[in-house]
Amino acid sequence: MSAQNIRDAVIIGGNRIPFARAHTAYATAGNQDMLTSTLNGLVARFGLQGEQIGTVAAGAVMKHSKNFNLTRESVLGTPLDPKTPAFDVQMACATGMEAIGSMANKIKLGQIDSAIAGGVDSISDAPIVVTDELRGILMEANRAKSVSQRLKALAKIRPGHLAPQAPGVNEPRTGMSMGEHMAITAHAWGITREEQDELALASHKNLAGAYDRGFFDDLITPFKGVSRDTNMRADSTMEKLGKLSPAFGRDLGSEATMTAANSTALTDGASAVLLGSEEWADQHDLPKLANFIDYEEGAVDFVDGAEGLLMAPAYAAARMLKRNNLSFSDFEYLEIHEAFASTVLAQIKAWESEEFCKNKLGLDSALGTIDRSRLNVNGSSLAAGHPFAATGGRIVAALAKALHGKPGKLGFISVCAAGGQGITAIIEGR
Amino acid sequence: MARDTYTEFANTGFGRALTKNLGLPQPAKLRRHRPGRPLIEGPVVVLGSSEAASALADRLLSWGLDVRRHVGPKEKVAGVVACFDSASSPAALSSTVLEIGMLLKQLKPSGRVITVSRDPLGTADPAVRAARSAVQGLTRSTAHEMRAGGTANGIVLAEELDPSAPGVAGALRFLLSGRSAFVSGQFISVDSVNGALPGNWDRPLQGQVAVVTGAARGIGAAIARVLHRDGAALILVDIPAAGEQLAGVANEVSGTALQLDITAPEAGERILAHAKQHHGRLDIVVHNAGITRDKLLANMDESRWNSVIAVNIESQLRMNRAFLASELFNADARGAMGPRIISLASTSGIAGNRGQTNYAASKAGVMGMVSATAAQLAARHGTINAVAPGFIETEMTAKIPFATREVARRLNSLNQGGLPVDVAETIAFLASPQAGGTSGLTLRVCGQNLVGA
Repeated sequence: MSAQNIRDAVIIGGNRIPFARAHTAYATAGNQDMLTSTLNGLVARFGLQGEQIGTVAAGAVMKHSKNFNLTRESVLGTPLDPKTPAFDVQMACATGMEAIGSMANKIKLGQIDSAIAGGVDSISDAPIVVTDELRGILMEANRAKSVSQRLKALAKIRPGHLAPQAPGVNEPRTGMSMGEHMAITAHAWGITREEQDELALASHKNLAGAYDRGFFDDLITPFKGVSRDTNMRADSTMEKLGKLSPAFGRDLGSEATMTAANSTALTDGASAVLLGSEEWADQHDLPKLANFIDYEEGAVDFVDGAEGLLMAPAYAAARMLKRNNLSFSDFEYLEIHEAFASTVLAQIKAWESEEFCKNKLGLDSALGTIDRSRLNVNGSSLAAGHPFAATGGRIVAALAKALHGKPGKLGFISVCAAGGQGITAIIEGR
Repeated sequence: MARDTYTEFANTGFGRALTKNLGLPQPAKLRRHRPGRPLIEGPVVVLGSSEAASALADRLLSWGLDVRRHVGPKEKVAGVVACFDSASSPAALSSTVLEIGMLLKQLKPSGRVITVSRDPLGTADPAVRAARSAVQGLTRSTAHEMRAGGTANGIVLAEELDPSAPGVAGALRFLLSGRSAFVSGQFISVDSVNGALPGNWDRPLQGQVAVVTGAARGIGAAIARVLHRDGAALILVDIPAAGEQLAGVANEVSGTALQLDITAPEAGERILAHAKQHHGRLDIVVHNAGITRDKLLANMDESRWNSVIAVNIESQLRMNRAFLASELFNADARGAMGPRIISLASTSGIAGNRGQTNYAASKAGVMGMVSATAAQLAARHGTINAVAPGFIETEMTAKIPFATREVARRLNSLNQGGLPVDVAETIAFLASPQAGGTSGLTLRVCGQNLVGA
């Protein structure tokens, strides 16, 4: 397809439910309920009742097998036209970004005129499965052709088989938690405890300030009586943060820097973004906040320690900026997902490092510095929380709103993900 | 919403007999409006020989009703329209009044008595003004005597107003219909020839865009449903914390949800911006959002007083200034129905209520605001009115202690509490093109509550 045929993919708006710390307000809600409620809020905000949307794409990182058609089932629970197709996406913490980016591409190519993209995650309703041994026995019993065969199979069950298996959050190939991985990277980049606590504090202050300004009035719909992110601590101080003991990298002893406050808490929540072509938005009298310009996936070889687990966005950003002939100074706002405060700081230090940019990114010089006053200006994951697949939708909708009324001003997004992956993206205000 | 188990019981065969023998209140099941159903079933008798009598009889005939000047002594009638518009002295009322009296025993359940008269203040002649005032006393007392869900109300015409004006027809139809189920002992004044009769009486708000504040639950949600049923496109506003319920209502009525604190300085501008984006117009504003923070005045604190005043009246004054400054809220300029504002007042604002100095002040304030804003709306052929609910069965009144609630809901001529839909129906009427002749009015939806009558 020739470039002339590519049209704008417009970010019309978004909706999310407030994020709640795991095992609290949404403990009994589950992914299906949260995603459905989020879509219902989006439909209500933009009057989409009865509307047939081109495609709805969303996903969850922690998902029950019974939710094999999570997104489609959620769509059927909304007033959207039931003829709206939907599918599930999964790319760890970048699930939401991948859903949004791929839907934007479909719109740009003219395959669809409208889309909803987002994600949901529940730690509180995580799937717990039986052991592989028990599952093998049960499947064997299922295949049995006679009662005696079936009893013979079931007789193999031993007490040890009955222990439930919680879903792993550790990296399958290293057996290490994400926090432990990050602690190695943070130490390698010499990121201090103070820098991390400052970033965490700014996240809480910025998020609380945005709430107080009413910034989230048309971005969030309450759920189960919760109307603000429950992880937010507007009254936090450097002194309070400084008192916490390290939670990760404790084998570093006195050099351990990562605490529960400068690492994101496990959270439940969901988000969705409404996208459309310019014509579709106009035909439906809908606002046009920003254009989704471009996105880039990246992955690093973290298994043998050649690169940090969460450093993929550093690479993706370099390729994306080059392709669009942009530098960091061209961005009005930058959103770097705060998986950990040190994740943000490590990416920034990498882009500022001539050595890293020359050796790892193959550039002639450092990629550039990040103006901190433009970074995560309305708070990020340290304060809001990080329901894995829901983070992309949170960021895109809020950044699009921040850029609305600033035509041509650019926003940068970076989201790291498990498995050594990540996504970066560019949006442009209008 | 609390169940009114007494009314349910009193409408069973045994309950009806028992309550009658014991002389207990006998609340009837009220006739309420349903689209597609007849306006009123049975003969409507027009009394009087005035200019209004012939004009209104013609109007009723044009609606396909069974219109009579006389009925046999055994015949059941659905409604009585008694025209006193030419009365020159109290003595002249006699024959028509006595005719009403004879017909009361022939009225069907949820029957209607509607008096038509001229505005007493429209004349300086003592005898004429006495006659017109007498009609009002007569109407109120008749309302007290109505049985089986019947109501009595009046239409008051401005001095020179042509009785065939659309506003008169609109008021007449509203009062005959089930839309006015819980309106009794009230007067709808028609001051101008403004307004128009709708092409479709079941969809009078077709093509109109309405905003309703406090729409997440209770009366606000009922208003949204009725305006939607009547054809309006809806913008539903409530505080961000009520967003989940608001989204539910919006999805039910195919409207848009706008989470907004109406006390914010730019609330009016934000509503206008939303209306402009999604509809390119704004025709109807329903100021429904309100709060109570009850406390005896001796124990009143600054926060309780100020929050009630800020939400219930100051926000409306500020938003109205924004709406009236906007060309978006000027349907007249497009040749359409003039804009409408309807505010929620309260019978507490009329009669006062122990523990509600703040609330009653705010609601009386609403009535003042409405009467003073009418002139500004008139300049764009629009109207502004208030609706004052009495005891309505809502989540809020369900919290009143049982005994108090039971007394409160029986203290009116219909012996029962109203439903949110009753308030909504009156608001929808005032929002409609056929109510264009009525402005600056506070209309009570209270079943002729004895308190503050």
